[in-house]
Amino acid sequence: METIIYTLQDFMTHTKNITYLIMGGILVFLPLFWLFLTEREKE
Amino acid sequence: MAVEKMQSNPQRFSPTNVIIGIILVVGAVLTILRFTKGLGAVTNLDNNNPWGIWIGFDLLCGVALAAGGYVTSAACYVFGLKRYHSAVRPAILTAFLGYALVVLALHYDVGRPWRLPYPIFVSQGTSSLLFEVGLCVFLYLTVLFIEFTPAAFEWLGWKKIRQVVVKLTLLLTIFGVVLSTLHQSSLGALFMIAPSKLHPLWYSGYLPVYFFISSMFAGMSMVIFESTLAHRYLGHKMDHTHHEEAPGVAFGFAKAASFIMMGYLAIKIVGLAIDNNWGYLATGWGLWFLVELAGFVAFPAILFAMGSREKNLMFVRIAAVLTVLGIVLNRLNISVIAFNYHLPTADRYFPSFMEIGTSVFIVTIGIVVYRFVATRMPVLYEHPDYKTH
Repeated sequence: METIIYTLQDFMTHTKNITYLIMGGILVFLPLFWLFLTEREKE
Repeated sequence: MAVEKMQSNPQRFSPTNVIIGIILVVGAVLTILRFTKGLGAVTNLDNNNPWGIWIGFDLLCGVALAAGGYVTSAACYVFGLKRYHSAVRPAILTAFLGYALVVLALHYDVGRPWRLPYPIFVSQGTSSLLFEVGLCVFLYLTVLFIEFTPAAFEWLGWKKIRQVVVKLTLLLTIFGVVLSTLHQSSLGALFMIAPSKLHPLWYSGYLPVYFFISSMFAGMSMVIFESTLAHRYLGHKMDHTHHEEAPGVAFGFAKAASFIMMGYLAIKIVGLAIDNNWGYLATGWGLWFLVELAGFVAFPAILFAMGSREKNLMFVRIAAVLTVLGIVLNRLNISVIAFNYHLPTADRYFPSFMEIGTSVFIVTIGIVVYRFVATRMPVLYEHPDYKTH
């Protein structure tokens, strides 16, 4: 379903919702990527 | 004596030297044309496109790719990673030549070289980002020059003055990092003045952050790329330490570049989300944007990671070349390709052969000077008198 944007408030709410979800994904992904980068060094 | 002459002559007129000679002669002619006949005689610049590849390539790419100087010296002297010590001097030399050529290229674009000191010493435009960039480049070029002087002093045998400069190393490194943070980001901030001209996929309030973050992995990739070329063409000038430490430098920088590139990719996606630009991805410009991001950021980041994990030098070198190309593509996208995207094709800018020739001429000067310095001064090897340092 497409989000209808009427006001700046709607726009900010819509974009910030998505941005916060992406930020959550990044917070999980980057530490995992760091582990992938460094795990061989421990061996 | 006659034998020596016979042996040296073929080297002097090798195919590479002949090509370099031709480029320098053509460049000299173009220089005379530019400074006697004006911009209109040699460029395709106009009122719609006042900045061409002399700014987009020579200046923006030159500054980004010269970031290896501050990245390597910060890693070695600020973070104490002494295993990168052998990479510092080549990186500082590349950075110094890079910035010097940026200033040279700027003369071609701006003209009237005798007015160069004016923005700093006569009429300061303190409210302008260009003033800040100019001041930073002026100061950083001076810092890089001083940072490189120990190599020249060792070559000349001036021990006392070398000792004085060596004591300033940490101070100069910190100053260099601060100045780089300022002007790398300001070059991105310059384009924030043109929200209606730059395509929304490249325009962002985060442009200064993008420019600064991308300069870090651009610098690291350039150090790896330059080290590969130095091993290939100047390997005989390197000492045992340089040969031994080079793979470690490449793997260390590959790991760091890979992680920073993933962070860069993340903030680029955040930039898309915060401006709600998802719709543009389904257009032709969107495809081009994805080529830049997936092909020249995500792919080399994975290649760097694989190279660092598997200790595969070939992966790291390919990733470094792709990253350098990606930085060039990004800077050209922002300053030339996606700039004035809404104009009809007839009004779009495409560089003239003389503009491209001038850029090739300037890059060639850099290669010639690098080769001249690296074959004479202790850049790729430690001077025997100063081994203990």
